[in-house]
Amino acid sequence: MAALKDIKNKIVGVKKTQQITKAMNMVAAAKLRGAQSRMEDFRPYASKFAAVMGQLAGTANPSTFPLMAVRPVKTVLVVPITADRGLCGSFNTNILNAAERFAKAQIAEGRNVKMACIGKKAVNYFKSRGFEVVYRLADVMGNVQMFNARAAGQEFTRLFLEGQVDEVQLLYGRFVNVVTQKPTFKKVLPISSEGLGDADAAASNSAYTYEPEPEAILNNLMPMYINVQIFHAMLETAASEQAARMTSMDNATRACKDIISSLTLTYNKARQGAITKELMDIVGGAEALKG
Amino acid sequence: MANKILLEVVTPTRLVVSEEVDLATVPGDAGVFGVMANHTPLLSTLKIGEMRYTVDGKSTRMALSSGFCEISKNRMTVLAEAAEFSTDIDVDRALRAKERAERRLQEAQTQREKIDVARAQAAFARAMTRLKVAGHNT
Repeated sequence: MAALKDIKNKIVGVKKTQQITKAMNMVAAAKLRGAQSRMEDFRPYASKFAAVMGQLAGTANPSTFPLMAVRPVKTVLVVPITADRGLCGSFNTNILNAAERFAKAQIAEGRNVKMACIGKKAVNYFKSRGFEVVYRLADVMGNVQMFNARAAGQEFTRLFLEGQVDEVQLLYGRFVNVVTQKPTFKKVLPISSEGLGDADAAASNSAYTYEPEPEAILNNLMPMYINVQIFHAMLETAASEQAARMTSMDNATRACKDIISSLTLTYNKARQGAITKELMDIVGGAEALKG
Repeated sequence: MANKILLEVVTPTRLVVSEEVDLATVPGDAGVFGVMANHTPLLSTLKIGEMRYTVDGKSTRMALSSGFCEISKNRMTVLAEAAEFSTDIDVDRALRAKERAERRLQEAQTQREKIDVARAQAAFARAMTRLKVAGHNT
């Protein structure tokens, strides 16, 4: 009888787990909606910003800007952006592995690597991996704010301008759709003119009055542009995290269901076996008495 | 064409204002300037400061932090990292931010430690703008 009770307990336990994963799935779904709408709310700002940057880059000579200076790359700053929390499948692991692989490849090519970790999982992971971590930002992914991105952006800009790093690579979880999130690299420094240059737009906008000079405006806007890109990467990562959690919790719920049904089958078999055995005993006893 | 200009104030989190206005006054880098209907195309960076706009004689104030504004085709777009109406401003928070910034600026003077003066000044300016727009006496 003990075996029967064990199975019963197991079923109850798995059912409880299933309830939790189901709840987490629903919470993630709700949070995903929020994160997605924040991404959408940010779009007008980002697209306007990019348009103006493109327009300006066409008017001004980009090579004179320190933030666009392409130097021989001696030191790369890798910025993995992950979630703060786990239980979202392989989402964080994918980003962290990609970051580590990339860093090792850079080292193999004779470059130095510095790390700047955004998101608690990244911070913890690179605590003891032998990389030099120059910047940490955790507990912000639940509610991504512009000032977080600004603080990070200012720090990266400073490191770049002081020549401590020659390139800044963001690595974030790009939100492709609800089922696909892709670790993606994005070079934010030096600012490349390809991402901006739109000569046609510039030509048609010569009628603009600039205040101050286009160069001065660009100088003002470039650091903000970096913040915008970091902010965007953080928003995408936050949305990806929720989507990944939703999917993995859905899988977990389904796995629980499978386990429960197979356990129930075992339980019923064992119960039936026990009943049969009891019947045999009774019948056997009766036969013996008759005899 | 009506004597109005479409004003849009956009922040990273939302579209704050989208309205036809008679007059908008913004804190440009080269000084405060006003914009009315059919303004010439202009691109200007903005300082941290107060912005006002008037619709049918009714004027509204907002606190802006760094951004820029673009004017073309009778449409004015203000992009700012933050834009708040006077009613949305958290006065206590602004007061705390102001005190913090003041302290940092003082420390920067006395002990020459590694304090980012530009950042403290920006924080101070943001706090002062918010207090001013919220109508708080400092």
